[in-house]
Amino acid sequence: MASNSSGDSSSRHQTARHRLSVIAGHLQRPADSNAAVLAVECKAQGTTPNIRTGVRSEGRTVPRRRQEIMKWNGWGYSDSRFLFNKKGQAEFTGKRYRLSGMIIPGLKDWLESTFGASLQHKAPATPILNSSAVQPPTVNEAFVEELRSTGVPFSHEAEDRVFRSHGHCLHEIFALREGKIGRIPDMVVWPNCHNDVVKIVELACKHNVCLIPYGGGTSVSSALECPPEETRSIVSLDTSQMNRILWIDEKNLTARVESGIVGQDLERLLNESGYCTGHEPDSMEFSSLGGWVATRASGMKKNIYGNIEDLVVHIKTVTPRGVIEKSCQGPRMSTGPDIHHFIMGSEGTLGVVTEVTIKIRPMPEYQKYGSVVFPNFEQGVACLREVAKQRCAPASIRLMDNEQFKFGHALKPQVSSIFTSFLDGLKKFYITKFKGFDPNHLCVATLLFEGDREKVLQHEKQVYDIAAKFGGLAAGEDNGQRGYIMTFVIAYLRDLGMDYYVIGESFETSVPWDRVLDICRNVKARIVRECKDKGVQFPPLSTCRVTQTYDAGACVYFYFAFNYRGLSDPVHVYEQVEHAAREEVLANGGSLSHHHGVGKLRKEWMRETVSTVGMGMLQSVKDYVDPNNIFGNRNLL
Amino acid sequence: MANTYRGLGKIGLQDEEEFVDILEDKRHCSDLSFAFRTFSPPPHKGAAPCSAAELNKAVLESQYLRYVIQEVAVETGSSVEEVRGEVRRTLGEMSQNLQLRFIRLMAFTFRKVFKRLFSAIYVNVEGLNALQQAAQEGPVILMPNHRSYVDFLVVSYIMFSYDIPLPVIAAGIPLAGMKIVGEILRGSGAFFIRRAIGSDKLYWAVLSEYVRTIVRKGFAPLEFFVEGLRSRTLKSLPPKLGMMHMILEPFFKGEVFDVTLLPISISYDRVLEESLLAHELLGVPKPRESTAGLLKASKVLQENYGCMHVNFGRPLSVRRLCEGKINRCQYNHMPRDLPQKPNAEAQACGSWLAHLMVRVQEEGSLTSPWSLMACVLLQVPTAALTEEGLLFHQLTEQTLWLRKLALDFGAHLSWPGGCAMEKASDPDVMSSAVALHRSVVYRKAGRVYLLLADEPERKHPPSPEEDTMRTAAAVLMLASYRNQSLHVFVRPALLALAMSVTKSTQRDELLTCFCFLQDVFGNEFIFIPGRSSEDFEEACSLLKKCKALHVSQREVTVSDAGPEVLPFLQELLRPFVDSYQLMFRFLCEESDCVFTEKEFLPAVRAFATKLVVSGELPTYEALSSDVQKNVLSALLRLGAVTKIKTSENNQYKVNKTAVRRTGDMLAGRIPPQITQAAPDARL
Repeated sequence: MASNSSGDSSSRHQTARHRLSVIAGHLQRPADSNAAVLAVECKAQGTTPNIRTGVRSEGRTVPRRRQEIMKWNGWGYSDSRFLFNKKGQAEFTGKRYRLSGMIIPGLKDWLESTFGASLQHKAPATPILNSSAVQPPTVNEAFVEELRSTGVPFSHEAEDRVFRSHGHCLHEIFALREGKIGRIPDMVVWPNCHNDVVKIVELACKHNVCLIPYGGGTSVSSALECPPEETRSIVSLDTSQMNRILWIDEKNLTARVESGIVGQDLERLLNESGYCTGHEPDSMEFSSLGGWVATRASGMKKNIYGNIEDLVVHIKTVTPRGVIEKSCQGPRMSTGPDIHHFIMGSEGTLGVVTEVTIKIRPMPEYQKYGSVVFPNFEQGVACLREVAKQRCAPASIRLMDNEQFKFGHALKPQVSSIFTSFLDGLKKFYITKFKGFDPNHLCVATLLFEGDREKVLQHEKQVYDIAAKFGGLAAGEDNGQRGYIMTFVIAYLRDLGMDYYVIGESFETSVPWDRVLDICRNVKARIVRECKDKGVQFPPLSTCRVTQTYDAGACVYFYFAFNYRGLSDPVHVYEQVEHAAREEVLANGGSLSHHHGVGKLRKEWMRETVSTVGMGMLQSVKDYVDPNNIFGNRNLL
Repeated sequence: MANTYRGLGKIGLQDEEEFVDILEDKRHCSDLSFAFRTFSPPPHKGAAPCSAAELNKAVLESQYLRYVIQEVAVETGSSVEEVRGEVRRTLGEMSQNLQLRFIRLMAFTFRKVFKRLFSAIYVNVEGLNALQQAAQEGPVILMPNHRSYVDFLVVSYIMFSYDIPLPVIAAGIPLAGMKIVGEILRGSGAFFIRRAIGSDKLYWAVLSEYVRTIVRKGFAPLEFFVEGLRSRTLKSLPPKLGMMHMILEPFFKGEVFDVTLLPISISYDRVLEESLLAHELLGVPKPRESTAGLLKASKVLQENYGCMHVNFGRPLSVRRLCEGKINRCQYNHMPRDLPQKPNAEAQACGSWLAHLMVRVQEEGSLTSPWSLMACVLLQVPTAALTEEGLLFHQLTEQTLWLRKLALDFGAHLSWPGGCAMEKASDPDVMSSAVALHRSVVYRKAGRVYLLLADEPERKHPPSPEEDTMRTAAAVLMLASYRNQSLHVFVRPALLALAMSVTKSTQRDELLTCFCFLQDVFGNEFIFIPGRSSEDFEEACSLLKKCKALHVSQREVTVSDAGPEVLPFLQELLRPFVDSYQLMFRFLCEESDCVFTEKEFLPAVRAFATKLVVSGELPTYEALSSDVQKNVLSALLRLGAVTKIKTSENNQYKVNKTAVRRTGDMLAGRIPPQITQAAPDARL
């Protein structure tokens, strides 16, 4: 290895290029797989009438020009957002979500009482992108020239570049809202298939251009941030147009999919054939298959379907050294360290994932939501631990703490019938007065069962029986379902908060069972103390939930937010608190990340996380695969 | 570890605090209605109440004890059930049984007794308010100094008066043995710890799990005396570290978010046990704690003991104090319940914190006029003090001078008349101090004399040795009151001593000598480990402040007030230096190089008595067993004496050359060298 890396770089380049071209030659043939694609695409086209025309004609969600449907300085679709209407009531706009068009009466009070925010104090965002604030692109003429000849579409437009310069960390969005734009990609390219990627990577190597792969843009680890010190031309490689299902293998229950497909499209298209992957991260509307692989994503229903590492059967990745893939689709191999694990979690530092074979399952016959109220968080955790011990976790089981329970309440849409509100009141009376639960301590677990009807009902009973042992009371399907719907709109809520001086974010960790309660308490308390120490004028929201269970531990999600009025540099304060919170997580035996990844945000803790030798191993892989740091996003290492 | 203890000044007592007399505002309500007052501490934010039985159950069923029981069963060959039985018995012997009715009984009795004994019990309300706040947030550790048996429940009494959750209190097992009283103490929240635990693994395990569970559950504050014992000399004692570690561990392991340490400084004008303590130091065994003894002691209740000050320090967050000192990730690799010895880092951190607490206690204690008078009186040769006495106005003058010096050094004085209400002239203050301490001194014809105890009736005239003991008892009583304020002067005094030892003005030479002296007197006075140069700086700046020294980059020279201040400070430490030299001499002159502790103490006392009688040794303090033990510990620490058998009878082996060298260095005959003493890591 050492002799390799010190070898003559130009000869190495040549061999790499040669190999790339050989591989590319192989890939131009496959006529039969095209047929499979067509078959699938026919099906997809059959559904187009249901999909509105703003979306690409094939029925895919993400157009090349993301700005056509998405916000440039906030989360999600342009047409969907929270706002306070003229009556001062919170409302969610658009038509896409179940909450769309509804009034949320409790939100204003919650926002005001939780954060001390006020509708009078607004911190509006810069409405449109000011192109003059964007640095002109550093163009590598030779690269552009050759790229043009390949026919791969690209753009130098400011809007396109800004869109691909960030993920959704608080500091990134905050800067955009203020109209501040730092180092951004100089150019965006949209490959249409694996071969396009091979060509782009080849050219990037040839002309020493920095490539940053871009999938769904939902990163929360500063992974998409362009390193300010990068002097080369930075090209954002947007995979969003590589979004086809190439084939479905019904005998082995796998599907070959291009990496740029976003979660919602993948599920929808598979559903049309009666299948699903069951991989549902909270970001699944926008995050892409390639992104999942590159960050070791985890889905809400991993208890049935597994995390991304359990789902993936085969990965094809284009690196500066050539294409890396396994020779077969065997379900498990003993062939040395699994090369997939170099790719999974590589966060765009080694190459671009282009195609993935992923396991599929027949769509579940029956789905049922549920919820359980516990007198306190301790009992709730004990119940989840028991469920994990008995290995009977439903597709999803999540435990929210008291603050989140209250938050969930605040997000209840207006109920139309008096009967429903009466029923709600009755439930509340039963739980707090009759059962003696303290409304300031109780917490709720939301459940999702999947499978055939009989088994689901049986399973449900088993779980509720366990819950009862820990003082849990079944609290209905509605509460459960609402919990999961909220998952998708919560991200929109941050934008509303930011309109009113409230900033916040979530972060996650995984931790052994015996540490769960301690880490939750300590991290939450640390956040509160740090905010106070750093001069935050209002008590912060500091809350958590247990979102996944494993045999030996759990995944814990923290949310924290505060009202930053009176602070001169709120983002800095925010970052200090987040940093302290992460230190606290690590000191309490939590991992650096369960599924968000490391990016640049958590890089400083990598060495202590994986040990110096571990870092060396990762570094030597990087040095071999990408000696000239073409994939120069500087994540991870 | 070097850069420790940020903002020392801020941690201790806040500037001038307002003290209120808790006896005063209660005098008009009856003892009974006081005892039955509604006690309603504000509820704790996180912790649920926990009964004694629940606590014991949690301890017994802990994963940690399950491991240890298993281990002990294998080691001793007994069955798990037998070991569990043993654990249950130990818990029964140990456990507290805090109940409000006992507290009411205690409050009733105490109020009766306190009103008789003390003219006032002053507490700082601000400190109490801070404590009340802290008690709602998380586990609080009350850490009073320990000077008298009275300390034991006075904190609970104050908590009861001020609606603060009542503490559970670590107590020595002898108290549990007292009939009825033992049970009352238990009911008042005391739990009992055996004295010599040694290597009893199971006992350690039960105790530490018991303490940790209290901290983890946080249902009540935990009170313990970090010095471990009542100080017989009224000086601070080197902190005991075992308990400190038990308290810190739940924080280190993330089982609690934070632990709040609350130093409490209790200062007495006059200590109930004064004469008992002096006699104990002279080798008269301490009477066993018994109920009968307690009743017999009721004659002490006939006397007046002046005022008592209970100063509640500011709550200190262990989390903040330990920032950067402890890597909590070290507990990530093993189950936290597994028995695990604290590593060097954790031990150093605990030791540092324990020493820090002693220092904060010292800073928070109040110096009485009498204590300053004792400093002055002890500068007079003992013979002169018993025979000729000291002119009262001279005593007054010098005490006032010392008062100014003490204030310069940052002492907190309990000078009556501090507030305009009870303005008293200074001679009045001192007269009443003499009157209060008529057990130690008396005033006759404008002179103040040291009072010797009445001679017992006997046939033959007392031998010189008996006379010496009588004088020694009086001197030690007086010395113990001097000791109350010694912490104010000790750092500047060590510097003054270093100047006289080295005869040098070079700063680095003085620092070396200063460190050496700190090392030698490390058991006598409490210094925070690893802070020698800060202590040196502090000494310099204090002496500069009182205009005794000029301090420059390189040099430390005497200035205007120096000729007055420096000899006084040197004289203050004289008894210690003399006693240490005597002991060094004794060890070098002994023919035998090996001795046991049992032989050592009487032998050295006889030797010292001989020299006192002959007039060769000017100080009676060398007769104190406390000094004798401290010298032994110091020599052990310096490596001049080594322990060779650690079973029942400790044997020591002397390295005479090393002892002689230490003596020579202390006398300034050879320049001092710092023997790198290992950080104190006893458990």
